[in-house]
Amino acid sequence: MKKWGLVAVLILMIGAAVFLLSKPADTKIDKLVLTGSSTIAPLAAEIGKRFESLHGNARVDVQTGGSSRGISDARAGLADIGMASRALKDDEKDLHSFTIALDGISMILNSANPVAALDKQQIIAIYTGKITRWTEVGGNDAPITVVNKAEGRSTLELFLHYFGLKNTDVKPHVIIGDNQQGIKTVAGNPDAIGYVSVGAAEYEASQGAAIKLLPLDGIAASVATVRDRSFPLSRPLNLLTRNEPTGLAKDFIEFATSPQVHDLIEAQYFVPVPH
Amino acid sequence: MSLSRTDRQLAALLRVCALLAAAIVLLILGFLLKESWTLLRQVTWTRFFTDASWHPVAGFYLLTPMLSATLYATLGAVLLAAPLGVASALFSQYYAPPLLAAVYRRLIELLAGIPSVVYGFWGLTNLAPLIGRLHPPGVSLLTGILILTLMILPTVALTADAALAAVPVASIRGSAALGLSRWEFISGVALPTARPGLASGILLAAGRAIGETMAVLMVAGNVAGQPHSLFDPVRTLTANIALEMAYATGGHRAALFVSGLVLMGMVLVLVGLAEWFGKERPHV
Amino acid sequence: MSKNTLATGLVCLAAVLVTSVFVWLLTDLVMHGLPRLSGPFFVEASQNAGRSGGIAPIIVSTALILLVAIVTSAPLGLATAVLLSEFTRPGSLFGRLVRRSLDVLAGVPSIVFGLFGNAFFCLYLGLGFSILSGGLTLACMVLPLLIRTAEQGLQAAPNDYRLAAAALGMSRSAALTHLLLPAAMPALVAALLLAIGRAGAETAALVFTSGYVDRMPDSLLDSGRALSVHIYDLSMNVAGGDANASASALVLIGLLLIINTIAMSLAKQWRIVTL
Repeated sequence: MKKWGLVAVLILMIGAAVFLLSKPADTKIDKLVLTGSSTIAPLAAEIGKRFESLHGNARVDVQTGGSSRGISDARAGLADIGMASRALKDDEKDLHSFTIALDGISMILNSANPVAALDKQQIIAIYTGKITRWTEVGGNDAPITVVNKAEGRSTLELFLHYFGLKNTDVKPHVIIGDNQQGIKTVAGNPDAIGYVSVGAAEYEASQGAAIKLLPLDGIAASVATVRDRSFPLSRPLNLLTRNEPTGLAKDFIEFATSPQVHDLIEAQYFVPVPH
Repeated sequence: MSLSRTDRQLAALLRVCALLAAAIVLLILGFLLKESWTLLRQVTWTRFFTDASWHPVAGFYLLTPMLSATLYATLGAVLLAAPLGVASALFSQYYAPPLLAAVYRRLIELLAGIPSVVYGFWGLTNLAPLIGRLHPPGVSLLTGILILTLMILPTVALTADAALAAVPVASIRGSAALGLSRWEFISGVALPTARPGLASGILLAAGRAIGETMAVLMVAGNVAGQPHSLFDPVRTLTANIALEMAYATGGHRAALFVSGLVLMGMVLVLVGLAEWFGKERPHV
Repeated sequence: MSKNTLATGLVCLAAVLVTSVFVWLLTDLVMHGLPRLSGPFFVEASQNAGRSGGIAPIIVSTALILLVAIVTSAPLGLATAVLLSEFTRPGSLFGRLVRRSLDVLAGVPSIVFGLFGNAFFCLYLGLGFSILSGGLTLACMVLPLLIRTAEQGLQAAPNDYRLAAAALGMSRSAALTHLLLPAAMPALVAALLLAIGRAGAETAALVFTSGYVDRMPDSLLDSGRALSVHIYDLSMNVAGGDANASASALVLIGLLLIINTIAMSLAKQWRIVTL
């Protein structure tokens, strides 16, 4: 008795597998593959879903892998569209780029930290290890925990470029990978300082996370100041293609840069760019 | 004892399967070698241990701090998880009443299924701030060790449990007949009998600790410097690969694969040690 | 205080310590995630980058990935365990070689499995980002665990069985099917459970092989987001994703609990019937 039950289960499993492996032959599916920045990925996936609902047989597959991956995949044709959370460098100008949103980078402190603002020089000194205690910038008597981003991330490169630093100059105490890790690290340590995406920080702070955003050069860090271009440290979120886009890729890029997706962009706490 | 024809066919089939299973690791090693070849050709292997620091984009490939981090984290985790895991198994096998034992065992099984990312997330938001109050920055070697201990504990506990369950009933009855106390039975009969199983469970757990990536990435601090105290932030070899792989090209990428090879080297040493320690004893 | 009392005290203390830490962890998850668990959560697709809506497609993808992993690794693993336990002499070179290579396989880091899986299954075998790639990679990962525990179970079967079978003139295969496998069944089930647990908890390997797409999969060749990858994305990449991350974690744990219970009851039945 037991044996037949097992055989039945086995047949069911194999049948399910065969069914699932076979693709329906009648519907023609048009697939678009995007790879690259994990910052853009959630947004691209949401835009893709809305695009699919408007174009019956289109499929938009979004994979992560990092901005560099997005650039190399677009160039090699492994992806139809690459995603990069920074402007293209000079040796990457052979690719076509389309900016779909803006994102700012803000310095964050723990909300229990009494320091309300830091100027450029102070931030440089903190990150290079010349200032090591909060007392030196008007805060508590506690050692500063410097949080830096991992090498290769576009956020790091932007930060270094703005403050004129090299990564070998920075003396970090903690290195983080993604934005949320940065936010949680600073929220969990009253003496930490770090930098993350403005939108993410603003949102988390509004939800009660123990962080606060520092103004940069006197300008408050918020999605609003990124939108009116007054905030000094911002980066474009780009879609990249190897050649001038055609067909489904062209439709998608046009859709992604149209006002139809502005609400999606804002839902991810980025700033839409009018085209 | 001679084998019948079906037996010989079965043995042949099984042998093929076993070879397939064994070949996988060779495939992986080959893959790692292939990807690190470009760098290994250009750079003498001593540089991985003598360069000034780990800044691969600038051409510095020092792996020692991360190697130490992996070693310390694994050692610490195994030192904590082994006694706790074996104690858990002893608890559910010999000390707890059957219902409690079943519940406890179920709890441990549950914990084996918690994703590494959840451990990391919880460690970052709950454990790190606590340790940070003791000594900043909070994310440190200690936090990494504690989280790893939690993660490999179920492995040790469940395999130890299976090993202890296999202690022959005759031994239990015999010990009772001889008037041995519970602890005398455990230390003198059960543990020695189950020793190969226990050792293999701990070995498996150590391998898991060496290879753990996501959780350590979130709680150990990721600063690629030589740790001088438990409270220093560290970067393990695995976290290094995960952190930088997506953004690495050329020599940098190859360097990350070299660190993968170093990891495999560590595992080989671990396996060698285990073979030396855990020689199987024949059952009487 | 006698050694016996001390031992009892320490063992119970250990159990209490372990239990309390885990209860702490689970309570944290429940507190954050339970509010999000509702009927719709299990049957809807995800919306707003996973912050609202449900996780139905993700549950299906995860189940399929686990299915592929188990279906491919169980026969291979059992066969190897049987070979090592019943058909190899204790000191044989072949046995030692197989065992050592499996030990080394057990120590391969999850991220290396991800990279290997990507290079071998996705690129070399041409499966692309797919459930199949993810399942096969996981199969490689859990194989050593499966084999080791299964072998332990078979070794523990009383030698009397083998001797009695030989005395009766039974072939090895017959002894296996009727005596040894049933006797080892609880250990074999334990092996399978450990393997499923390990596979279900895996994140790094799946990000690179089964991918990021959270659509309901149509076939095993579609990319599908596993629960663990979804939890990672929500907690580490998406602002405001924490609550759903905790809820998804609870679902994953619940899923494993169900699988455990079913497997345990199956094992019990089998044992009673054949012994």
